[in-house]
Amino acid sequence: MKFIDEFRDPAAARGWVRALHDVASRCGEVTFMEVCGTHTMSIYRHGIRRLLPDNVKLLSGPGCPVCVTPNGYMDHAIALARQPGFVITTFGDMVRVPGSSSSLQNERARGADVRVVYSTLDALAVAKKMPERQVVFLGVGFETTSPTVAAALLEAERDGLTNFSVLEAGKVIPPAMEALVSDGQLRLSGFLCPGHVSMVIGSDAYQPLARRSGLPCVVGGFEALDVLQAIVMLVQQVADRRAEVEVAYRRVVSAQGNAAARAIMDEVFEVVDTEWRGIGTIPGSGLAIRPRYGAHDAARFDVAIEPLREHPGCACGEILRGLKSPFDCRLFASACTPDTPVGACMVSTEGTCAAAYRYGRNEDG
Amino acid sequence: MCLAVPMKVVDIEGDRATAQIGDVTRQIGLALVPDVQVGDYVVVHAGFAIHRLDEQEALETLELFAQMAHFDEQAEQGKTS
Repeated sequence: MKFIDEFRDPAAARGWVRALHDVASRCGEVTFMEVCGTHTMSIYRHGIRRLLPDNVKLLSGPGCPVCVTPNGYMDHAIALARQPGFVITTFGDMVRVPGSSSSLQNERARGADVRVVYSTLDALAVAKKMPERQVVFLGVGFETTSPTVAAALLEAERDGLTNFSVLEAGKVIPPAMEALVSDGQLRLSGFLCPGHVSMVIGSDAYQPLARRSGLPCVVGGFEALDVLQAIVMLVQQVADRRAEVEVAYRRVVSAQGNAAARAIMDEVFEVVDTEWRGIGTIPGSGLAIRPRYGAHDAARFDVAIEPLREHPGCACGEILRGLKSPFDCRLFASACTPDTPVGACMVSTEGTCAAAYRYGRNEDG
Repeated sequence: MCLAVPMKVVDIEGDRATAQIGDVTRQIGLALVPDVQVGDYVVVHAGFAIHRLDEQEALETLELFAQMAHFDEQAEQGKTS
């Protein structure tokens, strides 16, 4: 496959690992946070932790949009699923995430119409085909996904669809990175920045963070070679005592990003303060549908949402902040497994616990 | 959620395109990358093209990776000689 296979050359991987060991010998202990859940998966899948020198550590961050969506949102989605005539359309991993007492999968078993879609365009197609039903799309995601939600909402508006709406919970990454730095409990040496979010927001989006925190930020891609290159660049910055924003993933990430996508997001969404599971409310980190598009905002439906209940013992919150690893959670691989998940980190395809369970249990995580 | 795939645009009709990777063909939305041309490579996420892939940068990155492979070979040869 073009632009994929060439980025998996094992000989080049060995070269990067060698370069990494060389440059790491010039600095002390370093810990980098990979912000993005897809990076967490990539790192596990390619066995990269095992290739790292002893003084280089990687920490998983809160870059899994499903994982950081609080229980209350799931309860709201479930309340909508229970409405007669409603169709819930969603990305796959939301279906099994536990809310306070149920999940969309449970509701589907009880007769609710819950459909997994790959794209918001598929959700729009359902709304066009079934004008008598109310179709709600669960708008969870970061800046790679939110433009696609906005584009679909604009298309619904343009086509005069009155039965398509979005329960919006999109989030914005750079404020979360700032919050982690201000946290003070984390000792980080730098950030491995998300590759595809950065396609949209541009690498310049991290300049204020690099300046204020004094931490190097490298935007990396997702193939094994891309990740290794980004880690080498991070260690190099530490060894050189630099704190700059650099792009390793140059074939798709520019300094300015995708202005057209950001304009579409800005047309449909306003930025609001929002709650992240485990972290609390982060100012300016969420998206809400602007009042002028209120006809497509699923929050307008008056539904009874059950009282919020968090699961005792679930350590997702601390795991998302990088304070604990999945192996520190007493439910991990016992009460909480991919088949019987307790928390969102185990359900999501990009969850730290799902990655650790699938790939990390025979290495030192 | 960063899962995205580089695909080649083979046909365009309004704000939809047909894109291809390997043997897989699918319809994608172009609302986010309005100036795309047939023959361009785009990164596709959740059924939309999100960005055009810069082929020049891709080739430069591959050139760098080829150098890393060579660097490793040389180091290995240095060890056994």
